[in-house]
Amino acid sequence: MAAERRETLTLNMGPQHPATHGVLRLILELEGEVILGARPVIGYLHTGIEKEMETRTYHQNIVFPPRVEYLATMIEEVAYVQAVEKLLDITPTKRCQYLRVILMELSRIASHLVYLGSAGIDLNVTSLWMYTFAPREQILDVFEAVSGQRMMHGYMRVGGLQWDVPADFVGRVRGLMEALPRQLDEFETLLNDNLIWRKRLEGVAVLPAAEALRYACTGPVLRGSGVNYDVRKAFPYSSYEEFTFDVPLGKRGDAFDRYLVRMEEMRQSRRIILQALDHLPDGPVSVDDRKITLPPRRELVRSMEAVIHQFKLVSEGFHPPRGEVYAAVESPRGEKGYYIVSDGSNRPARVRIRAPSFWNLQALPVMIFRGYMADVVVAIASIDVILGDVDR
Amino acid sequence: MSAAVVAALQAALPGAVEETLEFRGETTLVVGRDRVLEVLAYLRDQAAPRFTVLTDLAGVDRLPAEPRFEVVYLLTAHDPPARLRIKILLPGEDPVAPSATVLWPAADWCEREMWDLFGIRFAGHPDLTRLLMPDDWEGHPLRKDFPLVEEPVEFVDRVPKVPSEIIPRVPAKDS
Amino acid sequence: MGVDARGPAIPVPRPGLAGVTEADRQALERQVLTTRAARLLSWARRSSIWPVQFGLACCAIEMMSTAAARFDIARFGSELFRASPRQSDLMIVAGRVSQKMAPVLRHIYDQMLEPKWVLAMGDCASCGGVFNNYALVQGVDKIVPVDVYIAGCPPRPEALLYGLGKLQEKIARSGGRR
Repeated sequence: MAAERRETLTLNMGPQHPATHGVLRLILELEGEVILGARPVIGYLHTGIEKEMETRTYHQNIVFPPRVEYLATMIEEVAYVQAVEKLLDITPTKRCQYLRVILMELSRIASHLVYLGSAGIDLNVTSLWMYTFAPREQILDVFEAVSGQRMMHGYMRVGGLQWDVPADFVGRVRGLMEALPRQLDEFETLLNDNLIWRKRLEGVAVLPAAEALRYACTGPVLRGSGVNYDVRKAFPYSSYEEFTFDVPLGKRGDAFDRYLVRMEEMRQSRRIILQALDHLPDGPVSVDDRKITLPPRRELVRSMEAVIHQFKLVSEGFHPPRGEVYAAVESPRGEKGYYIVSDGSNRPARVRIRAPSFWNLQALPVMIFRGYMADVVVAIASIDVILGDVDR
Repeated sequence: MSAAVVAALQAALPGAVEETLEFRGETTLVVGRDRVLEVLAYLRDQAAPRFTVLTDLAGVDRLPAEPRFEVVYLLTAHDPPARLRIKILLPGEDPVAPSATVLWPAADWCEREMWDLFGIRFAGHPDLTRLLMPDDWEGHPLRKDFPLVEEPVEFVDRVPKVPSEIIPRVPAKDS
Repeated sequence: MGVDARGPAIPVPRPGLAGVTEADRQALERQVLTTRAARLLSWARRSSIWPVQFGLACCAIEMMSTAAARFDIARFGSELFRASPRQSDLMIVAGRVSQKMAPVLRHIYDQMLEPKWVLAMGDCASCGGVFNNYALVQGVDKIVPVDVYIAGCPPRPEALLYGLGKLQEKIARSGGRR
């Protein structure tokens, strides 16, 4: 009698694949439909952003962050700009901080809507995708009114913003926030008690809390496993300590918990936005330090000093002191941090982007071990991975 | 609070911390390469608060300064929230550091990335292969002596310029 | 000839139009469209371009917005973005192409069946975009022949639709072939 021999099937998934949320390649070891091993291969979107940022001034570098995490563009810009502001030891004005909070939370809602739509379309709930893109389009219209661009805004500046928001900004955002709960209720009615949705997501891609911490996961992946860590609460930035909001936590660490966490986060974002709109202070949006922020254009006509400052800032840029800082924000995927090393010149010596998707993706093999082939799609969707973040 | 942690660390592991730097409210400890795993293990398991999470693991190329490479570990404690940065310095030729995968599996990809982009080897890493660049790539792109490889762009009067030289680097005023 | 067991003979117009009346000819012109086969093929090909899902980076998000309900690429014929290159005619290279991804892109392009077209969406696919460094291919036309370039970072969905319209005009001009 021949000895039994077990063979596993090596299956390649990606990098061009409809369900990998980008150019991610997975090499899966399958025994039947059960996954015994997974090896993610990344680097298909490596853009050399970190090296490119070493060759531009701090002001020129504002172009690159929104292209790293291209779904949460405002948040990414604030992450970079905040790190440079920490390096320079300047604090943006209150109005600037509140506006940043509003735009960041709008960005978070827009990103979670794309997550919901993509998670739906991966499971063939195509109409959900069409529905979630509707409020996202309204948010992108607000971004366009504020900065001129739907996605890659370039709106944040070191020390402030590019310019103040338009006059109808407050009313427009309030209108969006009023319509949002009804839309979210619609999605929850469709999904929360939906047998197919629950069966596909519950118990799938489970990540225990201890494993999540060992893999340095952050964001909804960590909070879905029950660990209460949100950068906005732990290391508050940009006046987040002045707002009241809850941090939703999951219990079992499966894909359904992460879905619930993100849905509740959207509601909490709305809560923060309404508080910020109610208490939005007046005042300038940029710090008044002429060595760092560009002078307003009408001053250029009157003042020679303003022209000189403008010339120096544009043709050379400012020189932060020597040193290194790390500043983090809570992006929709987790802790997004910028570690900037300055050697005193007008260019950063090193910019390291602490990308949450990079760390969350490392936990993917743990999540899908001994799961089914069909659960891989659900697992990747529940991590909400952005390959631009992973590969930079 | 971080001063208390540093003091406790220096008491528990004398001689491990070579230098303590404070900048913008952040504490950085420069540790010897051979003692870094002890220090990280102490901070993860016995310090108060326990720095359980390895938030970031980065490499820095300080050419032309010697020692050339830095490996920077950023640790985070959750309860109460605190951050601490540990860094080790490595020589320019044959930089080897001990692998932190024995302490945190999260360090796996970061160390592969550092091997890929800087050429820093990690002793004890289970699978030190290229991560971001193609497998047959030669060179370590994030090193300072690796060029950016820019395509020159034609400007007015057919003058080709490389984008990174439009605003040239101006070194610090005191150097 | 005698009575044919197959039934009465059906009149067949002989060359020279003998037996065809003017009324017949006008009825024919009203009820039957005639054209050249090339025009028919090019109309069919440009009105039902199915792209392959090749969203790489940020432009992929704008491509998704174009396929969503507000901008709706389906009304221009691209009803479905096929996952398999063998079932699609258009490759919208949406995003930056890294050195590691370049052979994959060429492979997917080679797997598509003729006639096929390539649309370079965005600045990174057209010319390398914001990024001019070791990691990216400076323009996807270094690897595959591109028919339409769409500028923008990322291009607005309307820009993508305009580019698609230009591609449709190009297909109309070239009679359905590349």
